[in-house]
This record gives sequence, C-alpha cells and structure tokens, in this order.
Amino acid sequence: MIRLNSKTKLILTVAALGLTMLWFYHLEQNPRANGYLIKILERSAIYAVVAVAMNLMNGFTGLFSLGQAGFMAIGAYTVGILTIPVEARPNVYYISGVAPWLEKIEIHYLAALFLGGLIAAVFAALIGVLILKLRSDYLAIATLGFAEIIRSVIASPQMDTITNGSYGLKKILRFETIYTPFILSAVCIFMMVLILRSSYGRAFLAIREDEVAAEAMGINLFTHKELSFVISSFFTGVAGGLLAMFMGSIDSGTFRVTLTYDILLIVVLGGMGSVSGSVIAAFLVTGGREYLRFFDEPLKIAGVQISLFRPGFRMVIFSALLMIVVLFYRKGIMGDTEFSWDGIANFIYRFLPTGKARRGNGGRDE
Amino acid sequence: MNNGKPPVLRVENCTMQFGGVVAVDNFSMEVYKDEIVALIGPNGAGKTTAFNFITGVYEPTNGRVFFEGSLMVANRPQGKMKRFYQGDANAICSDVVRKTPDQITKLGLARTFQNIRLFKGLTVFDNVLAAMHMHLNSNFFMAALKLNRGEEKRMREEAAALLAMQGLYHVKDKIASSLPYGQQRRIEIARALATKPRFLLLDEPAAGMNPQETDELAAFIKKTKEDFNLTVFLIEHHMTLVMDISDRIYVLDFGRKIAEGTPAEIQENEHVIAAYLGVEDAES
Repeated sequence: MIRLNSKTKLILTVAALGLTMLWFYHLEQNPRANGYLIKILERSAIYAVVAVAMNLMNGFTGLFSLGQAGFMAIGAYTVGILTIPVEARPNVYYISGVAPWLEKIEIHYLAALFLGGLIAAVFAALIGVLILKLRSDYLAIATLGFAEIIRSVIASPQMDTITNGSYGLKKILRFETIYTPFILSAVCIFMMVLILRSSYGRAFLAIREDEVAAEAMGINLFTHKELSFVISSFFTGVAGGLLAMFMGSIDSGTFRVTLTYDILLIVVLGGMGSVSGSVIAAFLVTGGREYLRFFDEPLKIAGVQISLFRPGFRMVIFSALLMIVVLFYRKGIMGDTEFSWDGIANFIYRFLPTGKARRGNGGRDE
Repeated sequence: MNNGKPPVLRVENCTMQFGGVVAVDNFSMEVYKDEIVALIGPNGAGKTTAFNFITGVYEPTNGRVFFEGSLMVANRPQGKMKRFYQGDANAICSDVVRKTPDQITKLGLARTFQNIRLFKGLTVFDNVLAAMHMHLNSNFFMAALKLNRGEEKRMREEAAALLAMQGLYHVKDKIASSLPYGQQRRIEIARALATKPRFLLLDEPAAGMNPQETDELAAFIKKTKEDFNLTVFLIEHHMTLVMDISDRIYVLDFGRKIAEGTPAEIQENEHVIAAYLGVEDAES
C-alpha cells in the first residue's frame, strides 16, 4: 500500500483541475471544430449529476427508484418555460398560444434551475408519502409509473398553453460557455457529497445496510427515506433543467423511460454507492455511446460488405459490453469505494515492473 | 427486589398471535430498576416474539407495555383478529398505542438481535456513529452544509470513547462483517449503548460463543450495566450465564409463563425441569 502525503495529493488535485481548465480553454478557443466534443462533455457532466442523485437514493439509501425521467422532465420544463425569451414566446407557442399569466414571466436561469429542482422535490415529497412504504421492486414500479404520468400530463392537450403539449419547447436559453454546466454540475455533486458525509448520510447508509437494525437504533425510516427521495429528486430536477438548457429544445419524448435506464446504467456501471464511480461512468457511457458510432457505418473488408455494420449495431456492441461488465465486474468500476490519489498510485504501482519485483523480493527475504 | 418502587418495564397480559397460532399467551412481567432479568425457555417458546412486541417490531394482539410508568405499547384484537383471538377474553385491553421501533428507542430502550444485525458494510466506527444520529441536535441544513462541526466532533469523540471503554477501539476502522463473531456481538452492544439507553434488551448475547467467551461476556454485561447505569433484560439459552448474572428469571414454554423467581428458585422448579428435560406423562 502506498500512502501519499496530503501535500502531494493537493498538488495532484490542483494540477488535475488546472489541466482540465486549460483543456476547456483550448476547446473554447475553437468551438466550431470542437463542438462535438464539447457537447459530449456537457451531456456527460449533466448525466453525472443525475447519476449521483440516483446513486444517493439507490446506492446509498437502498431505495430502488426509477422515476428519474419524470423528475428531470419537471425540472426541464420549469427551466424551459421560464427562460424562453418573452419576445420568442409567440413563435414557440404558435399553435395554441401561451397562457396569459405566463406570457411575461422570464427569470434568470439560475433561479429557474433552483425552482425546477424545488418543484421536483415537492412532487417527490408528495408521492413519497404514498409510495415509500413499498419495498424494492414495488417501489421501482411505482416511481416508473409516476414518471410516465408526468410525461403524459406534460404532453396532454390541456397543458398546451403552458407546456406547448406534444409540440415541445424551443429556444430555451442555452449555455454560453462550457464552464457554466461544468461548474453547476460540480456544485450539485459537491453538495450531495456533503450530505452523504454528514450524519444524515450515515443514517441513509444504515437504512441501506439493515432497515430493522436502523429502526432499532432510533432512525425513523419514513423521515429518512423521504429525505433521501426529496434530495435525490431536487438534484434530478436541477439536472433536468441543465439538460433543457443543453439541448435548447425539448419535448415530452425526451423524458421517456429509456432516459432513466441510461442513468441506471451509469449508476450500475460506476458502482452502487460510489459518487466518483457515477461521475466516471457518466463520462465513459456518454462518450462511449458516441465514439462507438463507427460500428454504425458500413464496413468493407477486402471488398466484402460486413453486414453486421449497420445503423443500430453500436447499441448491440454497447449492450454486450454492459453484459460483460455486469457479469464479471458486478460491483461496477468503483464498487462502493471512492476515487483517491492513493488508489491511483496503488493501481499504477501494481503494473510497474519494479513494484512487482520489489514485492516479490520482499516476500522471499522475510 | 422491588422495595415498593414502581417497575421500569411492565408487560401486562400480552398475547401475540400470528393468525391462529398463539406465540405468546397472556404474558405479564415486571423489571425493576438496576435489575438484570432473564427470559428463558425452550426453542420456540416465544421469547424473541416477546422481545419484538416490547420493542415495537410487532404489535401485540392484545395487552399493554408500560415503560417508566407511561403506556408505551397497547393493542387489542382488531379486524380479522377478533375472530382468531384465543386469549383471555376478560383481559382485553381498552386502549391502543402504537409506537414504531425508533420511537421506542428514543424513549430509552435499546436492543440487540439474536442473529447479529450490524450495518455489515460499514466500519465499526460508522456503526456506532449511525446509532448516535438520533441524538443529533442540528437540523438537516446545518448538518449537510457542515455548519455543525462542533457537534460532529463531539459525536466522534463520544463514539471513540465508547469504543475504547468496550475495548473495541483498535478495530474501529475495520468493516463490521470482517470481524470475528464474538467481537461482532460486542460491537452490537456498543452500538446499542450509543443510543444512550436506560434499559438494554439483549437477545441471546451468548449464542454461538464458547465457554470462555461466555464467561467474558458475563463480566462484560455486569460491567456495562454498572458503567452505564442500566437495567438489563435478556433472553438466553446458556444456563450458566443466566444463573450467574440474573437477579430474577422468567420462564416461557409454548408461549406461557410457567415460572418466575430467583435463579435458585428456578433451578428447583419442577415445571421448569419438566419443560427442559421433558416428563413421561403429559403435564396435568
């Protein structure tokens, strides 16, 4: 085991952050050429927030919820409705017009994001009272149902003047720089880490480990489950708002169940109960999905068309990769441990020939 | 033993039925302050069931439990149970009080479990800290934003002191499930003490221990009782341990109380001997 001293760790952290900033700056200099990469990075950062929020509930509190898409939809629509420039509204709501009370309301995007999270949290608190008594898979089904209800309500004709029904929203305020989504995502994730490291975080873990024992230790199951659900939904809502700003135009189809599954995949792949695992997996999955695109393109080897290479094939490869991970690395990339420089150092050390030799000699000498 | 003082824990005519099966039948008992009281009985006698309705895991079908003079648990047969109820019809309880296990723990009763229920994936230290969560004064936002550093520090110090007192400080950073069985039992007791109870319920603390470990446990329980000023109620199969540490003993068989008294009285009691060793003729 190698243990780095805290000074080395600090230097490494600062260096890593500095390099990332430098890289972003470089990307920003030429947005046209790097647009694709910037998009992938931004989407990854936003998915990382949802994944950490989902992990807070599924991995840390042990409540299997699949309502993420619904809460993201709430956040996204809140941000969308409140940040579309007033002058652009007639153009967006060109079919049924916009509700008169909404016509002139336009707020700062930060306020809108916060409000989006808050509304998602309120919805979570309300349905949590009803469904948090359910266990594991039943809870998953109930939350899944809730997400679908939200989606249908948003798309319903009765909501036309508010959500523009099935036509969706356009011209949502977009991010001006790559820094905005990254900083906001980092703040969200940092706050969740703080919560998890507090006494409440330990109570969540206790519930995950053993509900009966947790209750016998004076931890009120309902209050803490509700708290976990509300926190998770708040940040999911905020991330939904970020997604709306990232995409610029949304419709109810964006928030199908498949979105939840994408996030679930990130959480499982990163490791249930690991914040850094979720973050790393968010980048790997989002990036992987894009960079495996060459599988979708026709391929000719020695003049023969390989019929497997056709649109959609990358998802087959992707699913196969996932199955391999689930079968052989069941705990995900990080298990339930967190990223640390010590971990990296030990990982590298293991692959260094000198390290191996030294360890081997040490064993023989003693 | 009682010196005219009211009992700390009083169980009054409690019956627990699962459908038509009577697990505990019209059971009454008292535990007085500073006593160590044991509940013994053959397998399936209903001891753990009695524990579970006292600590709120189950609701008794009928009966009342008082803690420090106030009604803690009370129930009467309701709904379908009215038809199934086989207990004493005259003893039907008039009030209904339901408390969840966490509310009961907050009143000052803490318990351990027959099949150790530690937070397995957490460290020993976090196990104890999690049990201290219920005494947290600062609200959620204070705690989440790390504005309660003083309190967090105090909690950590208390947890460390508690573990040191129980001789468990050296394993504080180990994952709970990685430790030997005897140690896990003691961690479970330490965790229960972290809730700052006045009354400790131990469910078969010596289960799976060898004679030497059992002797150590007896000393440990006595010392803990003195150190923390506790009243102790325990279920145990290990007769040497029970006879060694308890002031009074209740004996259950097939859900019924067949005897109560001091260790010496219980050892002489023919019903108890019959229940444990069996008799040729069916009991009259």
